[in-house]
Amino acid sequence: MPDSAFLEAFGLIATANADLYEILWLSVQVSITALLISVFLGFPIGTTLAILDFRGKNLCTTLLNALMGLPPVVVGLLVYLALSRSGPFGVLGLLYTPTAMVIAQVVLITPIIAALTYQVMDDLHREYRELFLSLNIQLPKAISTYLWDARYSLITTVLAGFGRAISEVGAVMIVGGNIDHLTRVMTTAIALETSKGELAIALALGVVLLTLALIVNGLVTAVRTRARKYGYT
Amino acid sequence: MTLKETLRTISIALFIPLGSTLAVADSIIVQSTTSTKNSGLYDHILPIVKEDTGITVNVVAVGTGQAIKNAQRCDGDVLLVHAKSSEEKFVAQGFGIKRSDLMYNDFVIVGPNNDPARIQGSKDVSKSLSAIVSNRALFVSRGDDSGTHKAELRLWQASGIDPASASGSWYRETGSGMGATLNTAVGMGAYAMTDRATWIKFGNKGDFKIHVEGDTRLFNQYGVILVNPKNCPNVKSSAGQQFIDWLLSDRGQSIIGSYQVNGKQLFFPNAN
Amino acid sequence: MVTPKAPTSNQSEIPCIGTMNLGLTIRGSTLLNDISIQVTTPGVTMILGPNGAGKSLLIKCLHGLIAPTRGRFEIGLHQRGKTIPQAMVFQKPVLLRRSVIDNLQFADRHSHQREALERALEAVSLLEKKDQPATQLSGGEQQRLSLARALITKPKLLFLDEPTASLDPASVLIIEQLIKQASQQGVKSVFISHDIGQAKRLGSDVIFLNRGQVIEHTDAATFFTNPHSREAKAYLDGEIVL
Repeated sequence: MPDSAFLEAFGLIATANADLYEILWLSVQVSITALLISVFLGFPIGTTLAILDFRGKNLCTTLLNALMGLPPVVVGLLVYLALSRSGPFGVLGLLYTPTAMVIAQVVLITPIIAALTYQVMDDLHREYRELFLSLNIQLPKAISTYLWDARYSLITTVLAGFGRAISEVGAVMIVGGNIDHLTRVMTTAIALETSKGELAIALALGVVLLTLALIVNGLVTAVRTRARKYGYT
Repeated sequence: MTLKETLRTISIALFIPLGSTLAVADSIIVQSTTSTKNSGLYDHILPIVKEDTGITVNVVAVGTGQAIKNAQRCDGDVLLVHAKSSEEKFVAQGFGIKRSDLMYNDFVIVGPNNDPARIQGSKDVSKSLSAIVSNRALFVSRGDDSGTHKAELRLWQASGIDPASASGSWYRETGSGMGATLNTAVGMGAYAMTDRATWIKFGNKGDFKIHVEGDTRLFNQYGVILVNPKNCPNVKSSAGQQFIDWLLSDRGQSIIGSYQVNGKQLFFPNAN
Repeated sequence: MVTPKAPTSNQSEIPCIGTMNLGLTIRGSTLLNDISIQVTTPGVTMILGPNGAGKSLLIKCLHGLIAPTRGRFEIGLHQRGKTIPQAMVFQKPVLLRRSVIDNLQFADRHSHQREALERALEAVSLLEKKDQPATQLSGGEQQRLSLARALITKPKLLFLDEPTASLDPASVLIIEQLIKQASQQGVKSVFISHDIGQAKRLGSDVIFLNRGQVIEHTDAATFFTNPHSREAKAYLDGEIVL
């Protein structure tokens, strides 16, 4: 059975199966869009938390770490209730669109990006704080320096967020509806094929997703190796 | 290319297609059962609908119970399910405009080849269910308030058995769609009730086969309802009605009837 | 405690440091207590004392990295009390994750030409490594780069927190030479060390700290030949001072 699934997977790829590429492309589009937004939100949140000292900082970081573990179906449900036509944002008509899936993934991975960014920046801030005080480095230059010097760790963070987004099924299933040619992505297609009992096709899609995950992890390893080579970890 | 240009290109490539899907004028959302979707019926009829009417039909396939709740929240234009009393209630409460019979097929009880309850060939569903209980065989239920689940519960009731009291022992509720439930049944070697269309199309049958069929109580009627625009102002009522009219038309009915898998007709049109 | 001799007129460009009852208490424990010193001499002021005496905390207070909880201090030129440029070299070098020369450029407030930066690297024997990642340098090289970075800011006052602890002798030599050179050019240094030989080589005056208090502040010659306090005597004799 697994053999035939692998054959099927390569068959799908080799024959340039149009449906497969459509699904794969939508998966990548949705997850990368969500990732860009999450990075745009998560980097400043994590960095601000790391650099600033304020009352309730511990509470914020605890909350952020807790949000990292948000169950996707709960996120899906909350976004569904918000975007439902009878919900607060119903007038926008976003439910069952790729945008809804992007929103769900943003809710899901922004805390991950922010929390990992916080950890990276907190370490760096402890190391650099006195030097920057001594050199009288102003905050904007300090922040850009932190971002640049943490670049390898931050790339890893971003790739981790992407891995989480592309492999997530619970939330996008609820808010996207797994509509053919509109909101069907790799994970919901796998769920559908499994429910149709087409386990070989499901596994074939799984192999494609796994390949994508392997590529991402390969990139993480490459980035880490490079960082270690320079002593930039 | 500078970094700025690259980012701009990426954002255009990513956002434009995502945005454009929102702007499709004549597209409707159908809240539907999993059985019609998993059977492949929509793949058969929707391209023809698109050709005939220009309407793009987006199908969200969930259990009948959830489909009705989603439609009540206005998250759909058309409801296509199979639980007549719930459908009539939906219309009576003002959520839907009018319910029309669309098509039917039937439920069957499937189980492992070794048939521990010895019900193979039975045409009496009540006796078969009793035999499953008395032989301590396993039965996997949808348990998700779907049309199939409701029909199954009615049959237990008619047989004088309360399966809920055995939930977790021989009676196992998956709370999932038809396909997932069948996968579970095959995995456990348990009996399950399914609509015939899903079963014929199902790809992971293992050594399972149909044991019980042909009882009139296993009749499975599908209905179609337009969501009421008075209750949900954003319902695309004209496109939705056009889709329903097509389904109920002679052409639509004959196309539904022409859908076959492995040489077997899956749905029998019966619009008035 | 002996007050060092008053400054002469030609030292008017030398920054002076004055503290009045300076104290630091963190979470109930007193780490610096009633520190009152006047540093008015040019050259290198050595701060000596056993581990935990509060040497690092004192210069971090003076450099503005830690706010003292009691007392006050002033740093200024003799002529008028304006703020003066200062820099610090930490015990553990803190280098940015970029090349050697980029580390130098990061601290450069004066937009030096590339040649000037390269000359500064030459002075600490790091020119041929200018494009290497700074974090790959050896400990001695990292500390030399730290000193070059501190000097590129053109400080009038330089704080050094055990910069040569556990470094290779070649690096120690380079660093000591640069400090002496800077002194000749009018840079005032405050230098923490555990190395009595180094203190003798560099110091013009010595502040001896123990348990957060100034035990003795005197010129170097007096300190090494005829220390006043029992603790300083014991310290110089290599005994454990508690």
